[in-house]
Formats: sequence, structure tokens, C-alpha cells
Amino acid sequence: MAKKKMDLDGLEKFNRVSNGSNAILNLIFILISLTCIIPVLLVLAISVSDEDMISEFGYSLIPRAFSPEGFLFLTNQSEMILRAVGISLFVTIVGTVLGVLLTTLMGYTISRPNYKLKGFLTWVVFIPMVFNGGLVSTYFVVGTLLGLKNSVWVLILPLAVSSFNVVICKTFFRQTVPDSLIESAKIDGAGQFTIFFRIVLPISLPLLATIGLFLCFSYWNDWYQSMLYIDDTTLKSLQALLNDIMTNITALAANASSMGISAVELAANMPKESARMAIVVIIVLPIACAYPYFQKYFISGLTVGAVKG
Amino acid sequence: MSKKNVPTARTKKRWDRDDTELSLLALPTTVWYILFSFLPMFGIIIAFKEYTVSSGGFIQSIIESRWCGLDNFKFMFGTGDIWIILRNTLGYNILFIILGIVLPVAATLMIGLLHGKRLAKAYQTAMFMPYFLSWVVVSALVWAFLSYDMGLVNQLVVNCGGEPQQWYMKAELWPFLLTFMNVWKGLGYSMVVYLATVAGIDRSLYEAAVIDGASIWKQMKFITLPLMKSVIIMMFIMAVGRIFYSDFGLFFQVPRDSNSLYEVVTTLDVYVYKMLKAGTTGMAAAAAFVQSVAGCITILIANAIVRKIDPDSAMI
Repeated sequence: MAKKKMDLDGLEKFNRVSNGSNAILNLIFILISLTCIIPVLLVLAISVSDEDMISEFGYSLIPRAFSPEGFLFLTNQSEMILRAVGISLFVTIVGTVLGVLLTTLMGYTISRPNYKLKGFLTWVVFIPMVFNGGLVSTYFVVGTLLGLKNSVWVLILPLAVSSFNVVICKTFFRQTVPDSLIESAKIDGAGQFTIFFRIVLPISLPLLATIGLFLCFSYWNDWYQSMLYIDDTTLKSLQALLNDIMTNITALAANASSMGISAVELAANMPKESARMAIVVIIVLPIACAYPYFQKYFISGLTVGAVKG
Repeated sequence: MSKKNVPTARTKKRWDRDDTELSLLALPTTVWYILFSFLPMFGIIIAFKEYTVSSGGFIQSIIESRWCGLDNFKFMFGTGDIWIILRNTLGYNILFIILGIVLPVAATLMIGLLHGKRLAKAYQTAMFMPYFLSWVVVSALVWAFLSYDMGLVNQLVVNCGGEPQQWYMKAELWPFLLTFMNVWKGLGYSMVVYLATVAGIDRSLYEAAVIDGASIWKQMKFITLPLMKSVIIMMFIMAVGRIFYSDFGLFFQVPRDSNSLYEVVTTLDVYVYKMLKAGTTGMAAAAAFVQSVAGCITILIANAIVRKIDPDSAMI
């Protein structure tokens, strides 16, 4: 073992690029990394900048004068913001749990080699990967036929299952859950329900984490479903709210006339720019803090997906 | 029980309790697939109807709507717009496919050469970040740079003595900008896929090469790249299969629906959405039909090619 490590070190040493090239490569990657991070920092800076300074000098990466106005304004509008946060959290949590359940259930059943309907259900999963009804008929089916327009479920149900995730689950179950384990559980008298919930799911935690995180981020980041199906302002998620505000900043004021002053007056006095960017910060901050820790599950998910079975 | 353990699984087996239980487990997801995937597939016949909403709900509306044959398609292809939109969709996709392979592969090879492995990890984490931002958020970020009166870019232009520009009206600029945004958002994600492949390469190959006196450059050319080939081909063909689809958020949110940019940023997805929201259901349905069918054909062709090259990677 020790010898092998020494060999690797030798290889590393031999394969080192010169210090000059290393510096250039580092420089390139620092530039790319900054391009990825600076926009987020800029938005953070704007959200805590003084509104007068913004309207005089424009946005700036280092605030000319700090002011909590933007966030204070949002807390004054707390009813609307809290409701949006509530909708976003509800959709993310319920959606992730439901999605993981539906996806793993299907993945498990089509991973059972002796199951009679395996072939049929595999086609059910496969066909949507190749063909879909397109936006127009999906819009009418989901919105009108299933009656989900302006319902919170329209934010959850259509995104719950994706065939890609089902295939990842199927591959994972085939590779990591030995048939002998399931056979022996059956001999002990366990039914498929018990086997799935008590044996298969507990030993598949890495898979649940991967699928769960994929779903979690896609629910938190979703604005498309809201844009298509939600007109009711009480059902707007954070992303939908930001989407409205990006097109019309006064939407923030128009929705909130609870404070005794008219919407016009409020719109005239509100810290428009910093409030707008404050919402962006509320959306991005949880993601930016969480993803470095969850990266490895995404990576394992991508590699499982690459090996199809 | 013992009967089932006999390895002649091919022989016809009877429906037993196991099958019933598994079917019950699969039932919720199967219902989901029927409602959200298969029902819309039948709805595609709207493209051949003059869709009018009637009081009896969606199915009633479809039945009562008049068949109009290919009128929707004739009308759609009659307007010059659709050709521009097809050009945009295919053009952007071809560009994105090429850059979406060349740049991440180059970045992967480069990041492997860095001396500090900790630093490499930090860069990779930073580059992964844009993947986790939604297009609405990205649109706000871009606005912070390109806004006419407050944006960072115009401040820079003014500081250098130039005139501030209306960036959201400069059509010639946007193909580059959208391409940049696409690369920016996807680079970290694609790199992860390629890095996983590189991590799986047997180290002894490099050791042997070093003993034979191969330079780093030669090791890349004769070991790393050839072993990445099958993943690269897979990513390429998967992307080609989706050539009629585009990232709606990129083309709809980032240009902020600016009218001056219509000709350079409208792709099929955006067109279908706009037609649908404008109430011209016939045209929207026709465009969606073209997208679904053409998309299906390209995916099947791509899959057939994959099966020729590497049967294990094919979908069917």
C-alpha cells in the first residue's frame, strides 16, 4: 500500500507542469470562477445599497452607502413575502417527498426481473423520453382537463416524476440490491411492501439523497409552472414573485395596499432597486450556502445516470 | 418459491401474489404517467383542429372543434416568422453543442494539471454555482450589468468616455451574449461529468506512459482523450437528439422579452409559448406538433447511432 502511494507521488511529481504554466492555468481558472461569482456578489451589494446612491451613480460592486432599506421594505410587505416563502417551501418539501416516492416506486418495480408487467411498465417510462404532447396540449390537459389551473398542486404534480430519474433508480436498484436479499426476505414471509419500505429504501440512501436533491433544487428554482398556470397572486412562489417584479417593480407595491397608504404612493417611495435585488438574495442565499455540501450527491447521480442498464 | 429460483426464468410464469403487490406499488406512478404524459400525447390532435373553447371542458371542446386539416400548418409556414425561428433554434443548438463539448473538455483537462488539488476543488465549486440558479435569477443578474441607466457595463463605458448604450435593443450583440450565458451556466455541470470519467481512468496507464517517456501533452492525446471519447460521443448525440428543443428560460427570461430582439432570440419553445398566451392556439399547436414530431425523429435517429457505436449506452 505504502509502496503504491509512493509510486503515485512519483507520477505526480513527474507529471507536474512548470510553475509558469501552473500560474497561467490558475489565472484562467480564477477569472472563470470570478465570472461565476461576481454577478451574485453584485446583486448582494445592490440589495444592501442606499437607494439614492443607486439612482445617482447606478449599481456598484462596493456599496457607496449601506442601507437596509431594501430588506426593511420587504419586511413591511411581510404578508406577501412570507406567503411566497411559504408557497416555495411547501412546494419544495411536498414535491420532493412525493417525487422521490413516485420515482423510486416505479424504479423498483421495473428493476424486478421476474415481474410480469416489467416490459409493459418499462415502455410506459420509456415512451415519454422520446415523445411528448408538446406545450399546447399539456397546457390544456393540466390546466383545464385536470382542473389544476390556479391550484398549488400544479406547481408540484407535473414536475414530480421524470423518466430520467426513474431510469437512474432502476439502474441503482439492479446494481446495488442483490436478488438474494429480496429472495431471502420473501422466504421469511415479507411481502413486496415490506421489502420495499423496510429493506430496499433503507439501503438506498445515497440514491434517495441524489434524487431528492435534484428534485429539491428544481422545485425551489421553478418559475415556469407558475408563469403558465398561476394567476392568483396568493399562490405566487418566490421565483414567480421575482418574475413579476422583474417585468414591473411596482407589482410589489400593487399587491400590498394593506398599510393604509395607496399603492401609487407606496410605489413612488419604495426602494425599488434594492428591494428587487433583496428578493434575489432571499432566493439565492439558501442555494449558495447549501450546494457546496451537496455537490457530491449530484456528482454521484450524474455518474449513476451515465451507466444505464 | 423453490420453483421460481430455477434459473429458467424464460418459461412462462403464472401471475402470483408478488406481481399483484408490485403492480400496486407501481400504480401511483403509472397513474401519474397516464395523466401527465400520455393524455397530452393524445391532445396533440389539436394541431389539426380549429380549437374553440366550449362550455363542456377540454374533451368536449376538442370534439366540437372543427377539423381543419393542415390549415394551421399552412398558416404557420405562410408567415415568414417560422423560418427565422427554426433557423434560430437549430443555429443556437449547433453552436451550443459544439461549445458545450469543447469548452468543458478543455476545462477538465486543464483543471487536472493544476498543482494545488484544493484550489482545483475550489474552482470547480465556484464554476458549479451558476447551474443552481434559475433563469429568472440569472435574468436579474444580467440586468444588473446591462441596465441602461444603472448597469455596470454602461458605467464602465461612460468612465472610458463613451456613450451609454441600450443593450437590450442591440440585436447584433445578443447571439454572443446568449451563447456566453449558456456556456456560463452549463460549464460547471458538464465538467463534473467529464471529471468523473477522468477519475475512472486506470492510473497505471499513465505510469506506463511516463516510463516510456511520454510528455503530459502526449498522455492527454493518447490516454485521456481516447478514454473520454465514448462519453463525449454520448453527450454529443444526446444533445443532437434534442436539437428542436431549447432552453426556454435562456431565450425568454434573459432578453426580457425585448421587441427589438425578437428576430435573434425567438426559438420554437418561446414561439409556442407566445402564440399560446396570445390566444392563437392553432399556430401554437402546429408549432408544438412540429417540435414534438421532429424531436421524436431526431432522438430515435440519435439513439440508433448510439446503438451502433456503443450498444450499452443506447436508450433502447
